Amino acid sequence: MRAAALSPGLSDPATDAQGCFRALLDAMSRPGLVRRVPVAELRPPAPLSPAAAAVLLTLADAATPVWTDAGADAAAWLAFHTGCPPAASPGDAAFVLACGTPPPLDALMQGTDEEPHRSATVVAQVAALEAGRGGWRLSGPGIDAAHRLRVSGLPEGFAARWAANRAVFPRGVDLILCAGRDVAALPRTTAIVEEG
Amino acid sequence: MSEDTASEVLDTAARRRWMGILARASASEIAARLRDAPPLPAHTRLRGPETGLVMVRGRQGGDGAPFNLGEMTVTRCAVGVGGAVVGHAYVAGRDAAKAELAAVLDAALQDGSLRPALLGAVVEPLAAAQADRAARTARKAAATRVDFSTLAVMR
Amino acid sequence: MAYVAVKGGERAIGNAHAWLDEARRGDPALPALSVRQIEEQMSLAVDRVMAEGACYDRPLAALAIKQARGDLIEAAFLLRAYRTTLPRFGASTPLDTGAMRVRRRVSATYKDLPGGQVLGPTFDYTHRLLDFALAADEDMPRPPMPEAQADSAVAPRVTGLLAQEGLMAAEPASDAEPGDLTREPLEIPADRPLRLQALARGDEGFLLGLGYSTQRGYGNAHPFVGELRMGEVAVEIAPPELGFAVEIGDIVVTECQMVNQFAGSRNEPPQFTRGYGLVFGQGERKAMAVALVDRALRARELGEEVGAPAQDEEFVLYHCDNVEATGFVEHLKLPHYVDFQSELEKLRAIRAAAATDARREAAE
Repeated sequence: MRAAALSPGLSDPATDAQGCFRALLDAMSRPGLVRRVPVAELRPPAPLSPAAAAVLLTLADAATPVWTDAGADAAAWLAFHTGCPPAASPGDAAFVLACGTPPPLDALMQGTDEEPHRSATVVAQVAALEAGRGGWRLSGPGIDAAHRLRVSGLPEGFAARWAANRAVFPRGVDLILCAGRDVAALPRTTAIVEEG
Repeated sequence: MSEDTASEVLDTAARRRWMGILARASASEIAARLRDAPPLPAHTRLRGPETGLVMVRGRQGGDGAPFNLGEMTVTRCAVGVGGAVVGHAYVAGRDAAKAELAAVLDAALQDGSLRPALLGAVVEPLAAAQADRAARTARKAAATRVDFSTLAVMR
Repeated sequence: MAYVAVKGGERAIGNAHAWLDEARRGDPALPALSVRQIEEQMSLAVDRVMAEGACYDRPLAALAIKQARGDLIEAAFLLRAYRTTLPRFGASTPLDTGAMRVRRRVSATYKDLPGGQVLGPTFDYTHRLLDFALAADEDMPRPPMPEAQADSAVAPRVTGLLAQEGLMAAEPASDAEPGDLTREPLEIPADRPLRLQALARGDEGFLLGLGYSTQRGYGNAHPFVGELRMGEVAVEIAPPELGFAVEIGDIVVTECQMVNQFAGSRNEPPQFTRGYGLVFGQGERKAMAVALVDRALRARELGEEVGAPAQDEEFVLYHCDNVEATGFVEHLKLPHYVDFQSELEKLRAIRAAAATDARREAAE
């Protein structure tokens, strides 16, 4: 195994993972708000951003198959620190970590009406996240009136795909967006009501 | 270190052996042997030391399909030495200091220039002590073996 | 079922905990028990807690016993709670109990078997007379433990001897990934690997009673102890980052192979079948009970009549876990004030209605 694949993970695993979990919980419960993960020292192998890496270090374990397009070093590093098994295809993954264009959302685990939690979570690495001005206007549970979120780096037409994902509720995937050390989340209940 | 030299240095059977011996030794036993050994190289922690569980499996009927018997505590550690060599330890129990020591030793033992001295000062004495303990238990067990032929003589 | 949040017990609970701690410590004029002492001198209690707590860690089990004031079910509960705080690194390669460094190994079916009958540290031939010498405070000097020349040959399994003659039903060779009831809720019917996991962590007393019942006619059992062995086995795991398996240490386990008659069926000739018990630590009574119950639970698979409690998978598996059983039995003592109030009101209403009817009838 190459040395890059074995570089250090969270410097204080318990405390750091708790801090990241809190940031994710905030981001998930207030869709569109941008939160920063408290991992100043995390240096994941390229092309992973600290935020995307921290999300996986916090959430993934031996029971969650992970699919990623981030390359062998990143996959090995994630497996080394979390024990997550590699998923054979995006459709087998509990977490889909996309640094490039995410796979079609409807090809991922959707959960069932009885067990909607058995669906995939997409961790998408994007160029930048900016809350408050311009971009998407979001509504849904956890949003009082509307949240604005500008996402740079998602493929065109993503909002339409997201609408289709939302239509299969209670099934469907959840989305965590990562840029640098910032995270924002769109649970499957969140609607993108307009693109600006 | 290139892949080729790595495979030269790494004799898996030898590495398995020293890892197993270090796993069975206590931290104080290892520390005591290190007093007569060359100093260990500086290391950086790559993962852990961290304590977790391993699910211990048996086989139904002793030799059939596997089943989950129960878990045991295990502490693991991975360290980097000199940029390219990674030392690993997986040891039963919850002793983080021991796991780190075992991981550093694993890394140092992969270095051909340190290996003979460390094998001689640390690994072999620990192995001998473990073999002694096992042999003593075996001799105690042998003393409780029933000798039915004695009954035949008495008859 | 409904519960009502009741406030106001905080001070009482705090004081109860203080008293619990004082009671745990006992007479402060006496030296406190160390965890190491419990580990060394109450070792079979430690073994039982590890088995029923389903977590092998001697110092932790000893600590749990100390904290639980010797209540072994409470101690198993503490161990189960602790294990939920730890990540799982993986699973071991299946133990090779054939390579066990045997401390005890007896067979009731063969007198002279390769490897011999090794009694080990057993209570079996003691007279069960209290030894008042142990009541003395001072440690008695002890003669050195006798030793004898040990041959290094590994003791072959008795079941293997029978299998060579074709008289023992073979276990199908398999490396199938076993189900894990700590990850997925137990569902009935459960396959044998799941049953063996449930039994390994089951309550010794419950399983002992069930095993006994199979001998007394509740189930069609004619068991022999083919082999009982206890000793150390190496635990080996193969972490993916290493690419090879390493031994992480040794654990003590007890294994019982119970040999049972099997009348045969349309597809199978008459032969012996196995009941199997494997438990953490030195736990001979438990391993034997597990082997009896395992064989009883195979009744359906072997086409035998099913009727006895020990053959009833749902009955056995859902009730053998003492931590679960404790939780549900003991929750009855928690406040059910609202529940009971509604029962009271219902009963009063029924009685009032009955009294009204009676008066009306009398008046008519």
